[in-house]
Amino acid sequence: MLRLEHIGYAVPDEKGEVKTILKDITMTLDERFIVITGPNGSGKSTLAKIIAGIVKPTSGKIYLDDTDITDYSITDRAKAGISFAFQQPVRFKGLTVMDLMSLAAGKKLSTGKVCDYLSEVGLCARDYVNRELNGSLSGGELKRIEIAMTLARGTKFSIMDEPEAGIDLWSFQSLIRVFENLYRSTSGSILIISHQERILDIADRVIVLESGSVTADGSKDKVLPAFLSGTCPKIG
Amino acid sequence: MDEIQKRLLLEIADLHEIPEGAYNIRSNGEKAGRRTTENIDIVTKTDKPGIDIIIKPGTKHESVHIPVVLTKTGFEDTVYNDFYIGDDADVLIVAGCGIHNCGNQKSEHDGIHTFYVGKNARVRYVEKHYGEGEGTGERILNPTTIVHVDEGGYLEMETVQIKGVSSTDRRTEGDVAKGGSIVVKEKIMTHGDQYAKTYFNVDLNGEGASASVVSRSVARDRSVQEFVSVVNGNSACTGHTECDAIIMDEARVTAKPELTANHVDAALIHEAAIGKIAGEQLVKLMTLGLTEEEAEAQIVNGFLK
Repeated sequence: MLRLEHIGYAVPDEKGEVKTILKDITMTLDERFIVITGPNGSGKSTLAKIIAGIVKPTSGKIYLDDTDITDYSITDRAKAGISFAFQQPVRFKGLTVMDLMSLAAGKKLSTGKVCDYLSEVGLCARDYVNRELNGSLSGGELKRIEIAMTLARGTKFSIMDEPEAGIDLWSFQSLIRVFENLYRSTSGSILIISHQERILDIADRVIVLESGSVTADGSKDKVLPAFLSGTCPKIG
Repeated sequence: MDEIQKRLLLEIADLHEIPEGAYNIRSNGEKAGRRTTENIDIVTKTDKPGIDIIIKPGTKHESVHIPVVLTKTGFEDTVYNDFYIGDDADVLIVAGCGIHNCGNQKSEHDGIHTFYVGKNARVRYVEKHYGEGEGTGERILNPTTIVHVDEGGYLEMETVQIKGVSSTDRRTEGDVAKGGSIVVKEKIMTHGDQYAKTYFNVDLNGEGASASVVSRSVARDRSVQEFVSVVNGNSACTGHTECDAIIMDEARVTAKPELTANHVDAALIHEAAIGKIAGEQLVKLMTLGLTEEEAEAQIVNGFLK
């Protein structure tokens, strides 16, 4: 369970004026699939980075299972059980898929085990195990390896930032199956940032973020019809 | 051979025991062991220090090891080794130099290696440099490699210098005839106040000749590296050179390409990228649970792997 209390984030813009990215976000995330959606620039990715420790909030507290992790580093949060699949996967010259998957798992994985994870994300495993994570892989391939790393980590709280981007050759049904398998193995929460209707459709809870504030929050049946028709009701 | 010499051999040539096939071990300027085979002869030069390695045409799947170790402080050694690789041969040559300097005088080994690669012969040449020792004396290695590749011949050269060499000035010069290839893969890591220079010059003379030089390096602390690659395309040929460096601390790296096309069908490319470790790479590995130091070590090791 992850709890955010009064999280705010503001940065000075180029004119030196303070620009608010996130305003007073308070929520408890405990469901199986939670999807955060909203327009571009609404602060979704920033919120994900704040949870992973990459961005430090300017105000507020974060708790993981009642432990205050606000001052935890990225490393400490990862060790405490938070995984983060980046929207834009990082390339590494020299490090192979096998290396990264082993680092994700925290132990040396067998080729068979790496193949299992890669097969889950629809990659023909044997072709990839010893490939470097460099420019020779397509964006879609890197994205799927990024998701496979989250599977290998298997932590109690996983964040996926736009997992559907660049996976057009693969099916949504397969991606959703990956989320289900991840939940089955971790019994934790999976926080997905997405615009995709088909991903919104599997959510146990949908949170709409607009201009740094939560404008709707609840079951998909409650939130989606209004959100998709563009008449999102204000909450609170 | 004593334990220090044995350990140096392990570092530079992965040798635990006497190698299989032909070998010549040089220790502090003296011959410390030699074996020839039916197809590979090793002959001591009479006019200057060094050996001739003569590989018969058609020799397949054989190897030659010619490691050099230096353990005396203040010892300076220059050696000329010539390799004659017969037509259609396919061999592995492993060279390398390990210096253990526990004194305060400089120890230096300069190896001048000349390869004559016969028609359609294939050579894989591996060279590893390593220095150690608690003394303040410098450990210097200045290898020169001259390669003549005959028609359809192929030479692949892998050089590795990861630790402990104070200063190195490496020169590789080559000429490649019709359909021949030269491939160079270099890996260097420098630290402290070390200096490493790589100078590469190849003439692609015959139609269809090709050259590929890829250097991956890491410069840390206050070390300085220089990479110069000169490729002259004198025919319908292809040349590719690449310098990829990670820079850390106060280190400096220079990459200087010099490509000359003397023929309208010469296709020559140079790529160079020098920069520090990308912040996003560190962050990604930290989200997997590594500390910043562990992440940095993984990135550097992977890069030089």
